[in-house]
Amino acid sequence: MGEKEKKDIFESTWKFFASVKLAIFLLIILATTSIVGTIVEQQAEPAKNLELLSKLFGDTAAPTVYNIFAKLGFMDMYGSWWFVGFLVLFSINLIICSIDRFPKTWRLINTPQRPLSENAIKSMPVRKEATFNAKLNTAKDEFLNTLKASKYHVLEATEDNSIQLYTQKGRYARLAVYVVHLSIVLIFIGALIGIRFGFKGYLNLPEGRSSDSAYLSPTEPIPLDFVIKCNWYDTKYYADSDTPREFQSEIVIIENGKEVMKKVIEVNDPLVYKGITFYQANYGMLSSTAAGQFILDITPNGGQQNTVRLPYGGSFEIPGTGIKGTIVDFSTALTRDRYTGELKTYSEMMVNPAIAINFEMPNGEKFTGWILKRYPDTGILPGGHKIKFVDNWGIEYTGLQVAKDPGIWFIYTASILMGLGLYICFFISHRKIWVNIANDKKSVRISIGGSTNRNRLTFEKEIDKLLSHAAKAIEGRAPQK
Amino acid sequence: MSSSIFFDISAGAYIVAMIIYVAFLVVKNRTVGIIATTMTIFGFVMQSTALVMRWVTSFHFWASSNPESGYIESLLRAAPLRNLYESLIFFVWSLICIHLIIEFKYKNRSLGAFVTPIAALALLFIDVSGTAKEIQPLIPALQSNWLLFHVLLSFLGYAAFGVSFGAATAYIVTVTESKTEKTYIFWSIMIGIFLTILIAMGIDFLSLSVAERAELIRSHFLKATFRSESGGVVTASWIVSIAFTFAIWNFGIGLKKVLAGLSLTTEMLDDITYKSIAIGFPLFTIGGLIMGAIWANSAWGKYWTWDPKETWSLITWFVYALYLHARFVGGWRGKRVAILAIVGFIAVIFTYLGVNLVLSGLHAYGSG
Ligand code: HEM
Repeated sequence: MGEKEKKDIFESTWKFFASVKLAIFLLIILATTSIVGTIVEQQAEPAKNLELLSKLFGDTAAPTVYNIFAKLGFMDMYGSWWFVGFLVLFSINLIICSIDRFPKTWRLINTPQRPLSENAIKSMPVRKEATFNAKLNTAKDEFLNTLKASKYHVLEATEDNSIQLYTQKGRYARLAVYVVHLSIVLIFIGALIGIRFGFKGYLNLPEGRSSDSAYLSPTEPIPLDFVIKCNWYDTKYYADSDTPREFQSEIVIIENGKEVMKKVIEVNDPLVYKGITFYQANYGMLSSTAAGQFILDITPNGGQQNTVRLPYGGSFEIPGTGIKGTIVDFSTALTRDRYTGELKTYSEMMVNPAIAINFEMPNGEKFTGWILKRYPDTGILPGGHKIKFVDNWGIEYTGLQVAKDPGIWFIYTASILMGLGLYICFFISHRKIWVNIANDKKSVRISIGGSTNRNRLTFEKEIDKLLSHAAKAIEGRAPQK
Repeated sequence: MSSSIFFDISAGAYIVAMIIYVAFLVVKNRTVGIIATTMTIFGFVMQSTALVMRWVTSFHFWASSNPESGYIESLLRAAPLRNLYESLIFFVWSLICIHLIIEFKYKNRSLGAFVTPIAALALLFIDVSGTAKEIQPLIPALQSNWLLFHVLLSFLGYAAFGVSFGAATAYIVTVTESKTEKTYIFWSIMIGIFLTILIAMGIDFLSLSVAERAELIRSHFLKATFRSESGGVVTASWIVSIAFTFAIWNFGIGLKKVLAGLSLTTEMLDDITYKSIAIGFPLFTIGGLIMGAIWANSAWGKYWTWDPKETWSLITWFVYALYLHARFVGGWRGKRVAILAIVGFIAVIFTYLGVNLVLSGLHAYGSG
């Protein structure tokens, strides 16, 4: 292959990747194919999608359609080779197109503006003409003032019988498109860095326990180079209801046996340590309550309150009364059945916890009562002694999402760039204005010409205003001359 | 007094305004136009009052159940953008606001007939979908400033897109020359479907008010017609709506004649379409995509998961990016770009409601 042919091939490939037609094609393809993945459930069990496909295509066709879809990668579409391929093409397109056009834009920005002939000004896309009964310099001063007042940096060219003012503003706004495009590339880079160097794992940590690794799956631990401990987990509810208000865990980071960080994390308020972020994701009950503790505040009538921590089955005595209590039952969510009136547990989760305590009075009399955490009144005994079920501990675990994503900084940077870029791109335009002021017998003849790269209507209004402001000023000065 | 009465008054005012705007297109009488605008402004004032009242109520609700929360935080958490109902209301509010601005800036009322039906559709949808209207406690995942700004900016963006949809529709209606054109078929059928849904929801609404309203009626959307329990009603609905769409197709060309007599120029409509997209696109990019991703990241450590709601936002974004490129660098002009603007808003509606209604939503609003 000769040098020339090589060059031709290079050039036509370049042209292909720099073309906006390809961009339009890719945008259409990406938009339409993305739809498939919103209908077919992604990374789901086959049965789910088979059921969905039977609804759409009938029972007999469903398995065949399923197989075809599976071969095409529709079941995990956004990671499939062809979808990723389109995204890669898209970014190549974006990069090459921007490189291809950048020099021209740069020239547009940096070419100095030159004065134009009056005829050229009269044929600009936006133009205005006027005549005033005034001196050349008076008119010039007023146009200069008006332009300066709108923060234009004005240049002048003087000829025998005329003066031209010319100026431009917002030329660097032409770069905004490139900033927007660059930010899209940065997002792709950030995503790739996240996939390559980050991880998304989880960690279920029982209250009071610690761990030195997170998990990608039950069999795939990821070692952390520190120890993380959960002091406690708690769900707060909206007053007397089962609607959660906050999920919280107190998390401690321990390094070399020393506590280096402690934080109460909530949804939307994670803990970050050494680039690894711990999110409050969920919570749950341990399968056994063996290690659990119940925290009770015991206050004899008229006496001092003291706090005890008891295991399941544990006993206590109300000081100075001889009343003994033993925890004999526990419910995560106690309610009275609406129809039968029997007590029952209505949720596996710690929604409305209660303990049953068997009391033994000094006279040998025994009875059992439920004390609910949510309703402290349930703990008032005959005789005015109070048992408050303050909390339980060691029965729940906190579910943490553990993520490391070094690419996130690219994403944040790109977000800011994209926001700024879009704002400048749409709301700041590159405007050029020429004002030619020529002596015309006893008066002056004004020709204004202008061009803008966008928001033409707004620019036309600006030119109208420029003329009327200057006109007012010139006419205001006229009598003094 | 409860805010709901003001919401009801404003919804009524908008629907009446829609009818008057349409009448204005036909009779072209200045007084009729002024009445339409006055009605819209009245509705807008009522709705603004209602929004503020609801905000205040939510504020007290939040502050009483979260005593540790500061004044500003309570104010933010109570902002009336917390569920599907409130966001739809806010959408209508922004749509009308932008519409009024355009009406005064361009000194032209004709666009009202294309924008107010979008508001009416949204308002009817609220009533017939059974969307919960009560002030609900905010679950932990939704207690985020990112989410608040995400919703605020996206809906402002959606409203701008709604205006561009109205203007683009008016545009293609205006440029249609004959009934044989493909664009004619496109817009007449689209308007047919649009009106069919509007009417079907109106029927839902009427049948709802006779049904027991005290109970929470969920998912009444199209229950009186297409999704009726009776097979006969379903068949009849389909037949009637197909006949109706056919009629619109048959007589729709008249709409073009109606518009032709107005001072709506194609340049102006094209300009409004573009300007609203130029406002909507940055808002939607920053608010809808970026802040949504940041919120997801701060709540779950994943900024993008390709869930249907996110993906549909991305599709919407692609369509509007397509509009901008096709128009400014691809050299597309006229009808083709107007159709892109229309498709863009259909994608918005799908992102907004379709994902929840049609595809089972994983998103927080899915339960709404
Ligand atoms: C979804 C991704 C993209 C976004 C959000 C985006 C955004 C933008 C925006 C906002 C503009 C300014 C439009 C206007 O003037 O109103 C623009 C212009 C442009 N875009 Fe993109 N773009 C994307 C993808 C692409 C791709 C893949 C190409 C590849 C060819 C491309 C090529 C261009 C060109 C050539 C211009 C015109 C630049 C100029 O005015 O000199 N864009 N883009």
